[in-house]
Amino acid sequence: MSGRPAVALGAGTGAATGRVPWQLLVPAAFAVALLVLPLTGLLVRAPWSTLPARLTDPEVGQALRLSLLTATASMVVCLLLGVPLAWLLARASFPGRRVLRAMVTVPLVLPPVVGGVALLAAFGRTGVAGGWLDDTLGLRLPFTTLGVVVAQSFVAMPFLVLAVEGALRSADARYDDLAATFGASRWQTFCRVTLPLAAPGVLSGAVLAWARALGEFGATITFNGSYPGTTRTMPLAIYAARNTDFEAAILLSLVLLVVSVAILALLRERWMAGPVS
Amino acid sequence: MTRPGPLDAHLVTAHPRGTGAFTLDVRLAAGVGEVVAVLGPNGAGKSTALRMLAGLHPLSAGHVRLGGRSLEEPGRSIRVPAQRRGVGLVPQESLLFPHLRVRDQVAFGLRHRGADRAEARRESTGWLERTGLGELADRKPSELSGGQARRVAIVRALAARPALLLLDEPLAALDVRAVLELRSFLRHHLAHVGVPTVLVTHDALDALVLADVVVVLDAGRVEQAGRPAEVAGRPRSAHVAALVGLNLVRGTSAGHLVTMTSGTDEPAQVVTATEQHGDVFCCWAPGAVSVHGQRPEGSPRNVWRGEITGMTPHGDIVRLEVAGPVSLLADVTPAAVAELDLAPAAPVWVSVKATEVTVYPA
Repeated sequence: MSGRPAVALGAGTGAATGRVPWQLLVPAAFAVALLVLPLTGLLVRAPWSTLPARLTDPEVGQALRLSLLTATASMVVCLLLGVPLAWLLARASFPGRRVLRAMVTVPLVLPPVVGGVALLAAFGRTGVAGGWLDDTLGLRLPFTTLGVVVAQSFVAMPFLVLAVEGALRSADARYDDLAATFGASRWQTFCRVTLPLAAPGVLSGAVLAWARALGEFGATITFNGSYPGTTRTMPLAIYAARNTDFEAAILLSLVLLVVSVAILALLRERWMAGPVS
Repeated sequence: MTRPGPLDAHLVTAHPRGTGAFTLDVRLAAGVGEVVAVLGPNGAGKSTALRMLAGLHPLSAGHVRLGGRSLEEPGRSIRVPAQRRGVGLVPQESLLFPHLRVRDQVAFGLRHRGADRAEARRESTGWLERTGLGELADRKPSELSGGQARRVAIVRALAARPALLLLDEPLAALDVRAVLELRSFLRHHLAHVGVPTVLVTHDALDALVLADVVVVLDAGRVEQAGRPAEVAGRPRSAHVAALVGLNLVRGTSAGHLVTMTSGTDEPAQVVTATEQHGDVFCCWAPGAVSVHGQRPEGSPRNVWRGEITGMTPHGDIVRLEVAGPVSLLADVTPAAVAELDLAPAAPVWVSVKATEVTVYPA
């Protein structure tokens, strides 16, 4: 322990830091404008006078219900399939693990439209898996609500897998060892120790996946088209309205904005109080 | 489930975790109810040895046998996984499951030994009450002090009725009072377990107080093994002597005069009160060393000149490191430091009475 007081190097340390340089301030101001102006525009151009009438339009409710339903279903699919995959990537050792991990992250950088085309190539009637699904199970995914869930899960899964894998990696593996000495099998250890310890990571991964699914557009419209009631989710409804009724597009955008911000805020309040490391 | 019985282990691995490049090769034996302490500095391979006993680190050769049953024997392709060894582990830093209350920590092991939920919780409560931890039953680990957490970790391991108990640094990283309380807690409960116990520690005092047998480890090898009194009173290497805080020299004895063969550059001799012949160790406590400004006269003493190379306060004494024909540690009072004007690099004379020197065959 040295006798000298430590020199604080953190942010906002006062006197010695001097003025904020304009070289940083000006670009930062433009960044704020770029992020905030569009949202302001949305509020300014909103058809406030006809708002109540338009909100009760059954098409709005239909699209919103479909969006919430499919986004939630996709989140559940991502949890059921993605958490086990994340565990494999974080805890198991097998040949090709790195390759698998790289493949899992591909949808993250893939343009969603390409994802939609790829899904058609796989699950379309003439696709590699689609024909088999149709023949044996009579299941056709494209242009159905189930197809929307598949498209949303495809783009949202990597978010969940990466978040959960990170949480599992940072969770202390010595707890797993300890559980083993008490006679717990690997599956019991996963349920009673590993998963509870990674819970904050799983939760934030689920929220990320849900938000990504809610905003999904490209893969969904390419794979499923845009049919009111079955595949036209909020983003697709906004796109459809844009050409015919711009005010309706603004209104739908506002609704989507309010819903997503409200749910994220609620979750943050309820589950993410305190630092999530 | 493994029946209680003595532990007989020969642990060999070429790759101890978190240590330098050396081969760990340690033999350990512990009878039923016997406590063996593995004592050594950090990185000596202690924790790896414990992980090998628990089945968490594979042996590359040797064996682990418990109560006549072979748990691991690479030569015969036997390896019982950790889940089926019935070993109770008290890990370093306690490692209480952060999401479980104390009652459920203790119930955790019981459930995996076949008890159902209610039974495990009932038995857990019983254990906590018998060990004086009843009040903590509903607390989360984050609401416990370090000493309380350690006790819960110990009870958690005991409650699962292990066939072998393993403690990894059970007294490390606690404040002085917690260490005192925990030491008596351990002494009391280890005496009643009725299974072999292996504890690893870097603290000689813990090993000497808690164990029936002390095994001193350095760089993966056993340096000395024996009863605590034997190890503490008759160290057989400079490292063990340093651990137990004694001065040690090796030499050849002809009756009452030992000619030093190690630990010195110049010819030096030690006079002893007891008679020995041949290759011997001589040891004496730092407190038995007197320090003088002038060469002392008379009396049958060992007298050497030296130079002070280090001074460290230790409670109400000052420990001097003195380099000379016989390099040694000497404990003096602060008053003596002032009176003799002792300082680093100061020339001094040191003396040790012949009766203070313990001599034993090497």
